[in-house]
Amino acid sequence: MSARRIVLTSGKGGVGKTTTTANLGAALAKSGKRVVLVDADIGLRNLDLVLGVEKRIVFDLVEVVEGRCQLRQALIKDKRLENLSILPAAQTRDKTAISELQMTEVIEQLGALCDYVLIDCPAGIEHGFRNAIAGAGEAIVVTTPEVSAIRDADRVIGKLHERGLPVRLIINRIRPEMVRSGDMLGVDDVTEILSAELLGIVPDDEEVIDTTNRGEPIALVAESRLGAIYAKIARRLEGELVPFTTLGAPSFFERLFRKAG
Amino acid sequence: MIEFLNRLFGREPSSRTAKERLKLVLLSDHLSLAPDVIEALKHDLFEVISRYVEIDAANCDVTFEQREKQVAMMANIPILGMQKRPAPPPVPPASHTNGSSKPARKASANGSGTPRRRRRKAQPQSMPQPQLAQGSPQPT
Repeated sequence: MSARRIVLTSGKGGVGKTTTTANLGAALAKSGKRVVLVDADIGLRNLDLVLGVEKRIVFDLVEVVEGRCQLRQALIKDKRLENLSILPAAQTRDKTAISELQMTEVIEQLGALCDYVLIDCPAGIEHGFRNAIAGAGEAIVVTTPEVSAIRDADRVIGKLHERGLPVRLIINRIRPEMVRSGDMLGVDDVTEILSAELLGIVPDDEEVIDTTNRGEPIALVAESRLGAIYAKIARRLEGELVPFTTLGAPSFFERLFRKAG
Repeated sequence: MIEFLNRLFGREPSSRTAKERLKLVLLSDHLSLAPDVIEALKHDLFEVISRYVEIDAANCDVTFEQREKQVAMMANIPILGMQKRPAPPPVPPASHTNGSSKPARKASANGSGTPRRRRRKAQPQSMPQPQLAQGSPQPT
């Protein structure tokens, strides 16, 4: 059976698409799935850096498309998880270097090699976005509880629906204490405004800055609370009904910071 | 503590403001209608209905609800009484609010079975046609 092809997108930049792609991929791979991560952000590649494979890049997505190498030659295997690979974007090329059709073909070929293809989409809704969603069968929209991110997420959700892609939502960098004091939009507010199905809630966590500095997905750090959260999201993707931690309940803060996940 | 102080000084939590602002701006984005046009639409809607029945303008409410691919418009318009003539000349809805405290019958419209405008097709110059149908309102 061919792989699930999922694009992670947001419209707005800086909401955590790349970090989410890396960690969700790592969590899926950790659970035994064969996963390929595709960096579709041509010219501004970063997925390699977040995963700590930046020194091992030989070929990239554009070179695959142009026939300069075999697809397998461009895939970089993660050293921590053997069933996790990444196809890096080109750094010195432009987003117009490939077409939607070419992208679709690459994603299809990758689909034959694994269980999950996760596509890290560039910010914006132009050429790079259209390429990134071209080969996808479903979409995850990453947003933060901020007005600008939500408005952009809404725009992107509209575009994904136009393409007939099912959409699920990850709300990133939520701060439960701020939600409780009324200073931040809560999960229910965001899902109501965007009317999209919720896939995950990821609290704001300083630890992720530290692990990203080291090129190590937090999903692989034992005992990390975000690791447990990404593992839950991975299980939800697999179709398991994993309850969400209730945000805004009086004991949430305490529960969140004493028990992981 | 901040929440307490805000309450003390009657300030609305910023999350509520954010939600209200987002709802209006997204509605405006989806319908390709400026916020003031939406206000004008509501006004005209009440005006048309008040030509036929006496409505409680102070308690009229029009909301828009996001559905997966569409926006549904829901109007909750309490009726105070029937007009004597079926279609008198237009009168401003405000003139119907005077002094009546009768329990209001409600004319309502909601999304169920109501033809809706497709959400994402931008048609800058066209006005959506509000469709009214009987049903119980469930504004959220």
